[in-house]
Amino acid sequence: MDKHLYSRLQTKIILLTLAVSFTPLLLLGVMIYRQFAAMYVEKIREQIHFRAESRADAVDLFLAERTAILGAIADTHSLAEMAREETLASCLAIMNARAGAFVDLGVIDQHGTQLAYVGPYDLAGKNYYEQPWFGQVMSRGVHISDVYLGFRRLPHFIIAVRRQEGQRNWVLRATIDPELFGRIVQVGQIGKTGDAFVVNREGILQTQPRHSGNILEPSPVRPTLFGKQTMTVDGALLGRPGVLYAGTWLKSADWLLVVSGDVEEDLAQLFSARTIQTLIIVGGMLAIVLTTIFTTRTLVRQMIQAETRLREMDAQLIQTDKLAALGKMAAGVAHEINNPLAVILQKTGWMRDLLEEEDLRDSPNFREFRDAVLKVEEHVERARKVVHDMLGYARRMEPRAEAIEVNRIIDQTVDILKNYARNNSIDIRTELDPALPPTTGDGAQIQQVILNLVNNAIDAIGRNGLIVIRSEHAGDAIRISVADNGPGIPEHLQRKVFDPFFTTKNTGKGTGLGLWISYTIIEKMGGTMTLQSKPGEGTTFTITLPIVPPPPQ
Amino acid sequence: MGDVRVLFVDDEPDFLDTLLKRMQKRRIAAFGAQSGEEALAWLSSNPADVVVLDVRMGGMDGISALRAIKTAHPLVEVILLTGHANLELARDCLAAGAFDYLMKPVNLDELLYKIEDAFQKKALQEKKIRSLEEAIGTRT
Repeated sequence: MDKHLYSRLQTKIILLTLAVSFTPLLLLGVMIYRQFAAMYVEKIREQIHFRAESRADAVDLFLAERTAILGAIADTHSLAEMAREETLASCLAIMNARAGAFVDLGVIDQHGTQLAYVGPYDLAGKNYYEQPWFGQVMSRGVHISDVYLGFRRLPHFIIAVRRQEGQRNWVLRATIDPELFGRIVQVGQIGKTGDAFVVNREGILQTQPRHSGNILEPSPVRPTLFGKQTMTVDGALLGRPGVLYAGTWLKSADWLLVVSGDVEEDLAQLFSARTIQTLIIVGGMLAIVLTTIFTTRTLVRQMIQAETRLREMDAQLIQTDKLAALGKMAAGVAHEINNPLAVILQKTGWMRDLLEEEDLRDSPNFREFRDAVLKVEEHVERARKVVHDMLGYARRMEPRAEAIEVNRIIDQTVDILKNYARNNSIDIRTELDPALPPTTGDGAQIQQVILNLVNNAIDAIGRNGLIVIRSEHAGDAIRISVADNGPGIPEHLQRKVFDPFFTTKNTGKGTGLGLWISYTIIEKMGGTMTLQSKPGEGTTFTITLPIVPPPPQ
Repeated sequence: MGDVRVLFVDDEPDFLDTLLKRMQKRRIAAFGAQSGEEALAWLSSNPADVVVLDVRMGGMDGISALRAIKTAHPLVEVILLTGHANLELARDCLAAGAFDYLMKPVNLDELLYKIEDAFQKKALQEKKIRSLEEAIGTRT
């Protein structure tokens, strides 16, 4: 497979893994967040709902108490008594002591004329006949007014009760402190932005809200949206998105108590949770990305390595198979050639025998005949040598197993070739590992292989050069290398050098069997033989022999 | 080499004929057979001192012929010609009683020396037998 395919595979694996791991993570994150948000909103809704309900109860109680005490005072006093300012003042004092929040107190006859008044304003003698609340109280007996400005030009509301005394009716009227009432309502405010206020049926603010308007101004709340029971309305309906309104109609007055809560503000807590969640998810994604990339890279690298190894093994296997097949064929050919060679040799021998006879000696072409016969014999000998090499070495018996010392074999071999090399100005150097363990093998065959390699190196260099023979201990094997600084082997020929009959030498100089035989010998010993060569730099043949410890003597 | 009688066994007529001619030219009583069977037949009616036997032959192979010859004529020395350095085969031949083996194509002088050695061994053997027979004869 080529590099491009691998990088595409890597990208595919990474993308798939990321998609598969990100999708549920993101889905989960979003779902959890939405669920949380919904729960939060629900919680806020419940909270303001409850708050509206409980505040309405408290406000109702407040108003009922005030109404009751006012009624009690009216019921226990006659108009004559109440028309006296001292009595009225003591009544106001008692009422404020018992309940509080009463600003003033007035007694009004059935014609609307205020007969007596105690309080901070100068309202004595005013006529209320035209005031809407007066009509209400005269007809219903009890009335709590909306907040209005009245004669005093200040927002306030009153509680009035009617007393029937014989034929006459009169009204006891008290003003409630709007500040105090407002504070009771404002207790319902939630958090920093929550609001609590009261509106009348027209949506006019009856208490001072925290936001959105002033008392007596229209509020954003449309009271028609709220039913009998406590109800929660989404602010979006009222042009206030993100705000929830809960409203409860009061029992004692025609007012709607509204508690509002800012969802956004309450969600702020959730937002910090969301930030943490987002951080965790992003961190997790980052970890997944890094892990995925790292793992995939490692995986792909291992795949590439495995394939490279496999290819090398394949190549080696092909080489081995090829050599085995060629060997078999060569052996068969050699056999078939051997017999004719034997016959030819006998014939030339016979011819030579005959040439020795007297009468032929004197023949004018005697020398020519004899030379021709000699040449035939010489070339038969050459052919015989090829056959002999092929059969004699390649199909020898299994290598012998004797205790050998590789270093000593190398030294012996170098001794044999040293003179020949020196004559060609070639230096043979050895770098032998003194700690090389003894092993088992066929010393003569190993020597033959090294001899062959060094011979080849000398031939490759020609004149002036260096051959380095190294031995080293490499794990459970011994490595022998023969390196020359000759012209090197062109890449396209490197795979062929171990083939039988492959030679670059001139015809007649080499049989092309040396390296093939060497390869076969090493292979039979369980070792390997490889070459590294760079044209122009030289060639190194490396033999690796497994160490087989010799049996103790 | 005196009166040595040699039987050459080879299934290649060209090789055999030429070899016989060359031997006869060297005044050696050389005879030829083209197969193991023919060799055995010839030996049963003709005396021989040394047999030179090709290992690779059609029909009866060299080793079988060697065993048959050694059984029928234990004193006859056999030299084997092998096609190649097949050491296992050489070992088997020697174990079966061959005098020696040579590789083909064989050098004629080498072959002559071998034949002479074999002949001498046989002569020595016969001499021993004769002296033993004489000893036995005088005793009786």
